Amino acid sequence: MSLPGPWLGGSPAAPLIPPISPHRHLLLGGQRGHVAALDWQTKSLLCEINVMETVTDITWLHTETMFAVAQRRWLYVYDNQGVELNCLKRFNGVLRMEFLPYHFLLATASETGFLQYLDISVGKEVATICTRGGRLGVMGQNPANAIVHLGHSNGTVTLWSPNVKEPLVRMLCHQGGVRAVAVDSSGTYMATSGLDRKLRVYDLRAYQPLQSLVLPVGAGHLSFSQRGLLAAACGDVVQLGLPCALTPPVSQPYLSHTLPRAAHSLRFCPFEDVLGVGHGSGFTSLLVPGAGQANFDALENNPFRSQKQRQEWEVKALLEKIPSELITLDPGQLGRVDAITMEQKHQERVERLGFDPQAKPAFQPRRKLKGRSSAGSLLRRKKKVANEEQRVRPSAPEREPKAAPRAQRPALDRFKK
Amino acid sequence: MRVKVLSRNPDDYIRETKQDLQRVPRNYDPALHPFEVPREYMRALNATKLERVFAKPFLASLDGHRDGVNCMAKHPQSLSTVLSGACDGEVKIWNLTKRECIRTLQAHEGFVRGICTRFCGTSFFTVGDDKTVKHWKMDGPGYGGEEEPLHTILGKTVYTGIDHHWKEPVFATCGHQVDIWDEQRTSPICSLTWGVDSISSVKFNPVETYLLGSCASDRNIVLYDMRQSTPLKKVILDMRTNTLCWNPMEAFIFTSANEDHNLYTFDMRFLESPVMIHIDHVSAVLDVDYSPTGKEFVSASFDKSIRIFPVDKGRSREVYHTKRMQHVITVKWTYDNKYILCGSDEMNIRLWKANASEKLGVLVPRERAAMNYNQKLKEKFQHHPQIKRIARHRHLPKAIYSQAKELRIMREARRRKELNRRKHSKPGSSPFVSEKKKHIVAVVK
Repeated sequence: MSLPGPWLGGSPAAPLIPPISPHRHLLLGGQRGHVAALDWQTKSLLCEINVMETVTDITWLHTETMFAVAQRRWLYVYDNQGVELNCLKRFNGVLRMEFLPYHFLLATASETGFLQYLDISVGKEVATICTRGGRLGVMGQNPANAIVHLGHSNGTVTLWSPNVKEPLVRMLCHQGGVRAVAVDSSGTYMATSGLDRKLRVYDLRAYQPLQSLVLPVGAGHLSFSQRGLLAAACGDVVQLGLPCALTPPVSQPYLSHTLPRAAHSLRFCPFEDVLGVGHGSGFTSLLVPGAGQANFDALENNPFRSQKQRQEWEVKALLEKIPSELITLDPGQLGRVDAITMEQKHQERVERLGFDPQAKPAFQPRRKLKGRSSAGSLLRRKKKVANEEQRVRPSAPEREPKAAPRAQRPALDRFKK
Repeated sequence: MRVKVLSRNPDDYIRETKQDLQRVPRNYDPALHPFEVPREYMRALNATKLERVFAKPFLASLDGHRDGVNCMAKHPQSLSTVLSGACDGEVKIWNLTKRECIRTLQAHEGFVRGICTRFCGTSFFTVGDDKTVKHWKMDGPGYGGEEEPLHTILGKTVYTGIDHHWKEPVFATCGHQVDIWDEQRTSPICSLTWGVDSISSVKFNPVETYLLGSCASDRNIVLYDMRQSTPLKKVILDMRTNTLCWNPMEAFIFTSANEDHNLYTFDMRFLESPVMIHIDHVSAVLDVDYSPTGKEFVSASFDKSIRIFPVDKGRSREVYHTKRMQHVITVKWTYDNKYILCGSDEMNIRLWKANASEKLGVLVPRERAAMNYNQKLKEKFQHHPQIKRIARHRHLPKAIYSQAKELRIMREARRRKELNRRKHSKPGSSPFVSEKKKHIVAVVK
């Protein structure tokens, strides 16, 4: 389905599409300042306004009642009726935005190289990081651990957390500048495309490259679907690959579609087999079989929720809001034993008490009757247990190679001398 | 061209009428539920905070006594009845549901030293400063009748405690010596002594019903066997024990409340070293009672607080105090494991909840499921420092707080001194003695 856009004005405007929200609403923004919000499934219009300024990026906030627009000078937050709620002057020159839903944080990348985090539940700026990476026009989010990926013009991709002033990881991905970054929903694969016309896929657990494809026209925009399909916008052609981390690169993409004008952004619709593309003459939604997650969990994201359900979900989500201090590369770190602190505490305790309360007492052999408890036999029993920690047991695999040669020998070998 | 894409019928996902329940399809794939550990951690933090918000344990104060409450007894068959004896010889029977006194009788001249109920619940016994043991009926006299005991036994010496056998019509009193009486006789069946002048309390073992324990004024705890009519063994401690209580679930475990601010849980088979020392009170511990589950007990102390200890831990999990509650003399844990009663010397009996943040009454299944979930979350994350800090936090009155701080400093100073002595003396000349063994002087068989 294609929506022609007579309202976009004469000169080619570039609509941008931020995530179609988990609740099936679509936000359209034109470069000339036209912003529209609609319920994509019923095609009912929520609001349509013109903010009278250049719009660089737009995104939904935690529900379909609020959205944020990064305008030329400052960051604005609007209601879904188009009423301006906030104008945040501390966020100036914002080029890209990413919303971290479980932390209620809006991460913004500016043209002066600042990465800023805004907590939208309390309205406070959580962190301002001077990335010293120049103009930050490329941004991606890892949905599994809420780490922000920024692409730079020297070909590096840096990973940021609001608690640390330095990048957590710096990866050299391309020989030219990085044009687009996308991370899949499980947080294991990152796809990047650069000015060197290569499309590379990395494994994020080991930070190792998995695949590298050369595209004749480099991909300007990348997006992963819920089931791992990668969509790449190369000029005015949108190409879709199969879950590319699992299969070797094939010469032909799974699907490709030519648009009337150059593509400016693309996002997959959650829980539907649909890809939304914004291009020079409007918005197009494309059918991509196998892209969406078929079975949703109503307690997480329910596209069919009523207003009452949405209100209750909002309260529960706010109660469970994860504080920004817990954003780390490994989200399961809280569940692990902090061995370093345990060691430190144990040492402090030993110092304070003067003895080690957890040390095992020396082995005392049990007293046996009938003369089995003589000094010699006690010493023999003690020696069996002595130096137990220093012993190195032969590991099991070492024994198996001995068995194999035996079987290979012919049976009559034992009669040979 | 036919294209197979996802298509959902909204009728399958939206309820038909307002009377229906909402449909909630689930998918438990962990890929759809990111951040499971931090989200559970936040839920556990909220659960811990809410537990502190709802921790309002004080229920009611039963007043009516005209002198300090000296002893209490629970009715074995009725959860809503409790008996209390005061320092002016009055015994009152209370109805806990209506929170009022249903019967008053003048039992003794002088203190009521001990009160205990018979196992069938039809009668109870009291002993007092007037050297008598009186046997009363549980039901009051009819209209116009006078309060008369069923039976009065005159003794030669003051009796300081009484306890009834859990199965047989036998009771034991203590004072000068431990006497075991048959209900029908006026003289004891046997008297047990082990060379000591005064015994402060005696208790029958609820599981091995022929065993008795008693606390004497020369700092020892003596165990007796009723069948052999002899004392079994005794353990001598640092300071005098005020009372002891047997664990209703474990046959051989008992806890003693000591004057040196600690409680000692002993295994009667191995009296050389207590199973656990419970250190948290800042003044003499006067009374102790076990919960019917046998997993926790409550202790009343001369510092004006009561503490709940788990049997296997050395520190209390809960402390209850009020400005109006002065020295707590006696404490009881009701048989439904939900309430704690404490009698203090300012003539009031207070009723508390055993679990401070528990919601009383019938719980709807959803409420119960939510509470179980919160309980499990708190248990799972209990060792995280922030959660531990919030769960442990209790307000203490200034006197107890400053006294506890002082005791801590004193203990640390003693430990440092011992450490220095050990460092500067020949290795092996001062062995490490465990805290448990430090307070036991001897065990005599």
